[in-house]
Amino acid sequence: MTHVSLKDLTKVYPGSKVPSLDRLSLEIPTGELTALLGPSGCGKTTTMKMIAGLLTPTSGDVTFDDRSILREKPEHRGVVMVFQNYLLFPYMSVADNIGFGLKMRKVDKSEIDRRVGEMLDLVKLPDLGKRRPSELSGGQQQRVALARALIVQPKVLLLDEPLSNLDAHLRFEMRDLIRSLQQEMGITTIFVTHDQEEAVVLADKVALILDGRLCQYDHADVFYKRPANEAVARFFGGQNFIPGQSSGTAFDSALGQLALPQNAITGKGTLTFRPENVKIGPSQTNGLTAILEDRIYLGTQTRLRLRVGETMVEAIANPDEVGDFEVGGPVPIHLPPQALWVLQ
Amino acid sequence: MQNDSPWLRAFRGLAGAVLIVWLVLPLIPLAIWSFARGWFFPDILPKQWTLSAWEYALSDRAGVIDSLGLTIGISLAATVLSILVGVPAGRALGLYKFRGKELIELLILAPTIVPGIAVALGIHSVFITLGLNNTVGGVVLVHLVPTLPYMVLVMSGIFANYDPAFESQARSLGASWLKTFWYVTFPAILPGIIVGGLFAFLVSWSQYILTLLIGGGRVVTLPLLLFNFATSGRNDITGAIGIVYILPGIIILILTARHLSGRNGAVGGFGRI
Repeated sequence: MTHVSLKDLTKVYPGSKVPSLDRLSLEIPTGELTALLGPSGCGKTTTMKMIAGLLTPTSGDVTFDDRSILREKPEHRGVVMVFQNYLLFPYMSVADNIGFGLKMRKVDKSEIDRRVGEMLDLVKLPDLGKRRPSELSGGQQQRVALARALIVQPKVLLLDEPLSNLDAHLRFEMRDLIRSLQQEMGITTIFVTHDQEEAVVLADKVALILDGRLCQYDHADVFYKRPANEAVARFFGGQNFIPGQSSGTAFDSALGQLALPQNAITGKGTLTFRPENVKIGPSQTNGLTAILEDRIYLGTQTRLRLRVGETMVEAIANPDEVGDFEVGGPVPIHLPPQALWVLQ
Repeated sequence: MQNDSPWLRAFRGLAGAVLIVWLVLPLIPLAIWSFARGWFFPDILPKQWTLSAWEYALSDRAGVIDSLGLTIGISLAATVLSILVGVPAGRALGLYKFRGKELIELLILAPTIVPGIAVALGIHSVFITLGLNNTVGGVVLVHLVPTLPYMVLVMSGIFANYDPAFESQARSLGASWLKTFWYVTFPAILPGIIVGGLFAFLVSWSQYILTLLIGGGRVVTLPLLLFNFATSGRNDITGAIGIVYILPGIIILILTARHLSGRNGAVGGFGRI
């Protein structure tokens, strides 16, 4: 039950002029599962190591329940980190690995055995306690790493790319396991990932970090509907960015005048809409006629490259909707106002 | 292995036999001498046998037992110091990149290239001012010059294949740095400590010039004693002491042979000599 807050957390590595992490401030409420998302080298792993006490920040503060923890040694912070490559100790059995944290806390041998047994059941590996880590599959190793972290009932759990080393079918199993254990034990959890899908699937809230700066911190769906800027929208797969002028109710651009949803900003701006929100078919509102430049069939969806006047528009549609349209021919499309978003 | 041609197997067997003969053959006359009462050309074996050389060598008068104890003590001390210095040095060289790393590597390797007598003469004058000449402590310290390169090389090979993130993981699970070292780092580097320690012990065990110069003839280790008898023409006693001298090496080799296989990362560092 720990509220984590990062205050202007900054890290400049020796010999580097550019900060790897630049004044990151985040409030992570008790028991929430938060993703730090960003491309490799954006500063997200640096952030995690500073919370764990494996790196010292250049400036700024990390507090747990309003108490700074920067002066505390890593082993006294109550933070456990699960690394991407699991780092199970190769010289110990699975049970000894899971019990390691309790042994360091001088818990009785019999008590350790009992709790290790419980953890093995919890992560669904009841009979593997005596095995060596090298005898386990990747998915099993990760569950052991998770059990080893959870057994000490940490205040804060840190996960490094928790799903990225797993096969597609294991990812959802692992996602459900992490979420259910985390909810049950109420541990404030922070994980880092470069994969927006991993972030969206697992987290309550996502913090997107680009070039060492926090770009947006919100619930996952907001990144798709109302991205803070073009870089955020691009990171989440946005491809349509059209400059123009907003009056608050309509947007004037190379696409003509389009009706906007309520509460849109006014003035110069960039119109964005997601490829999957471009609708095929005529409409009274925001209807346009496009020329089909190219189409790529992807099985469950078809990607369309459309041209409206001189402006390219990327769209993703159901293959059934675009069955008859030929490359070079006209396609009626429309952009529902609620799918439009104006960036400053 | 099973698919090797018979010729290859025969060649491998032959090569092994040649190697064993090459290593063992010179020791046979040593053993024969130690039991001989005179052994003259053109006899293939001595005409008369006796235990008198062994009786003398193992008696108090010869000083072999005292010298054996002293030599073991010096070599053990040099080995322990090598480990204490070599493990951190090997870690720095194996794990980190820093300015001047190549120069430091060269300096550590230098004693294996520069003749021992040149090193000893320089150290001799320094040790005189420090009062370390003619002392056992001085001999132990000077033995570090040839033993450290082996220890550091072995440990840098070990650390080059070591992931320090295991230590971060242990810390984050609540281990102090001391417990982290004991439970995580030490088991991972133990093979290197064994192999490096073995080399350090044997290198120290076989020092002659350094012991002679720094010990000033007062620290009489086994090789010095052996040399005295060898130059005095007592081949029988030289043979007996010679056998005593090579025994520890053979015992250590037998005990640690399994750590010396090519698959062991500990011997990887030697690729850089």
